[in-house]
Amino acid sequence: MSRGAVKTLDTSIQLEMRALLLLAALGAVAAATTENFVGHQVLRIVPSSDAELQKVQELQELEHLQLDFWLSPRGLGNPVDIRVPFPSLQPVKAHLEANGVPYSIMIEDVQALVDLEQMQMLRRRRFVPLSTSTFDYTSYHTLEEIYAFMDLLVAENPNLVSKLEIGRTTENRPIYVLKFSKGGTNRPAIWIDTGIHSREWVTQASGIWFAKKIVQEQDEGLANILDQMDIFLEIVTNPDGFAFTHTSNRMWRKTRSKRSGSLCVGVDPNRNWDAGFGGSGASSNPCSETYHGPYANSEPEVKAIVDFVKSHKNIKAFISIHSYSQLLLYPYGYTTTAVPDKEELHQVAKEAVAALSSLYGTNYKYGSIITTIYQASGGTIDWTYNQGIKYSFTFELRDTGRYGFLLPASQIVPTAQETWKALEVIMAHTRGHLY
Amino acid sequence: MAELPPTHGPASRAAALATAYISHRHGSPGHGWVLRDVRRARREDSTVNCTAEVLYHLGNEKSAPDVQFTIEGELKNTDEADNAFYNRIQSLKKELEAENIPDSYGNVSPEMQPIRALAWAASGYVIWQNSTENTKYQLAQIKHVKQVKRTDEYLEFDYVILLHENVSQEIIPWQMTVLWHPQHGIEVTQNSCQAKHALD
Repeated sequence: MSRGAVKTLDTSIQLEMRALLLLAALGAVAAATTENFVGHQVLRIVPSSDAELQKVQELQELEHLQLDFWLSPRGLGNPVDIRVPFPSLQPVKAHLEANGVPYSIMIEDVQALVDLEQMQMLRRRRFVPLSTSTFDYTSYHTLEEIYAFMDLLVAENPNLVSKLEIGRTTENRPIYVLKFSKGGTNRPAIWIDTGIHSREWVTQASGIWFAKKIVQEQDEGLANILDQMDIFLEIVTNPDGFAFTHTSNRMWRKTRSKRSGSLCVGVDPNRNWDAGFGGSGASSNPCSETYHGPYANSEPEVKAIVDFVKSHKNIKAFISIHSYSQLLLYPYGYTTTAVPDKEELHQVAKEAVAALSSLYGTNYKYGSIITTIYQASGGTIDWTYNQGIKYSFTFELRDTGRYGFLLPASQIVPTAQETWKALEVIMAHTRGHLY
Repeated sequence: MAELPPTHGPASRAAALATAYISHRHGSPGHGWVLRDVRRARREDSTVNCTAEVLYHLGNEKSAPDVQFTIEGELKNTDEADNAFYNRIQSLKKELEAENIPDSYGNVSPEMQPIRALAWAASGYVIWQNSTENTKYQLAQIKHVKQVKRTDEYLEFDYVILLHENVSQEIIPWQMTVLWHPQHGIEVTQNSCQAKHALD
């Protein structure tokens, strides 16, 4: 355990900074051994007489107190800093007071500082990448990091990429869409969104990878697509929910909208679309994970996309990405009636899945939502299909439940790579069958 | 009897349940069971073929479904890993206690792998007891685990797990007390659904 010195007690900030340096090793030990320092205090004694010095030195012999001397007694006038575990606080203070040894409390709660430092260490450890080449695609990122990535990507590829703000969330966060375009005016477009359900972390992470992939490799297939079509990519479709998964509840799925009359927060953004809205396959209970909301498009995150799609008028493929289950789905979810284009969509899905599996052997199933998983009303691609966007698909990415939402970061890139293969099939088919 | 396409929802729910049940019967800290495909259940390291028949008692949701299964071939012996885990825990000075396994990033430390495998197997029992035609449960995370020291030879762990129910999409906290011994297997002596906190 490292020892350190606090030269003055003038400012609490200075104290905290130096204490943080002291605690660096302490924090690491705490993490490794699951020891905690709740209620521990650090006392400072500056012996001004031999008697006082002796009393402090006596404390060193009392092993059962488990005292941790950050600064050992060295002589008169030299501060002695002692970390005192909570159960020993009373006896130590009593000993000092009974013997007339003045002391001060340098740190009121050691654990509080450790926690603070750990948080700051984690933040500091994430170095801020200066380009999308140094960005770490193999780990999960925060909202701030993803938004910074977007700006970097645009700055590096100004002729191909632009960032659009299509709305604001309930908590007033901007909702961004990246536009990849080689020019033209209102070209037929492909839409991809990830992260509509915030706990599905591999999807946002894959979205980042897709963005980089599009600018990086102008391979023939992609080049052909971009010669004729634009690509819109919304990486964080539910920013409020995503922030919440980082700060409070890793398993949060919905938006963060509040409504009077209920303690519960949030609407399922994949039940809030105007397609069979409110029917079987969604819940009217605000506390439910599949709560459809008070009315269709009540959620600004959903409304933003609806408005965008309606005003663009030329989107030809719409792909909404979720996890987990390893499925590729086409409409409908709200009814057992087959879509008119079922045969074609089924065939495209079949090819897309084959391409996906070819990379790492990952097994996917495919079919309509209602037959492959369950009835779900108010879903995204049911609405987009009914708007006339024929190639409407939903993915459920890795895995099938072993890790579920908590997919290890090592699987981000393989998941993104294989999914991209499927996306290429869908995009190429769309380009070859424009309508 | 109508054939159910393996790609269909109801089939996948039955398969998940069968996996949970088999996991409960054959899982241990040394090895866990994972469903690879609707047509087979996979065990870590080696894939074996499994056929299972799931009988849901319609109209009687209180009754757990019947599961009959056969496993093709030999199961790998896990005695060594199980005994190593058993000895390690017995030699701990302080009761084991941990939380969030895996963590938010999917990490599971090597020391916690057997704890997770044990939870996986034990949750198989809980899932089996609580499954219906319209549910598909998965163990999402161990929220908290604490060892309870015993005077007999069994190991006892008190878990709070999160179950993800794939149809309602709910995350359900569930308490379970798990007894285990390398030779005597797993027993869930107590389990109960916990109230969902307003984690808002």
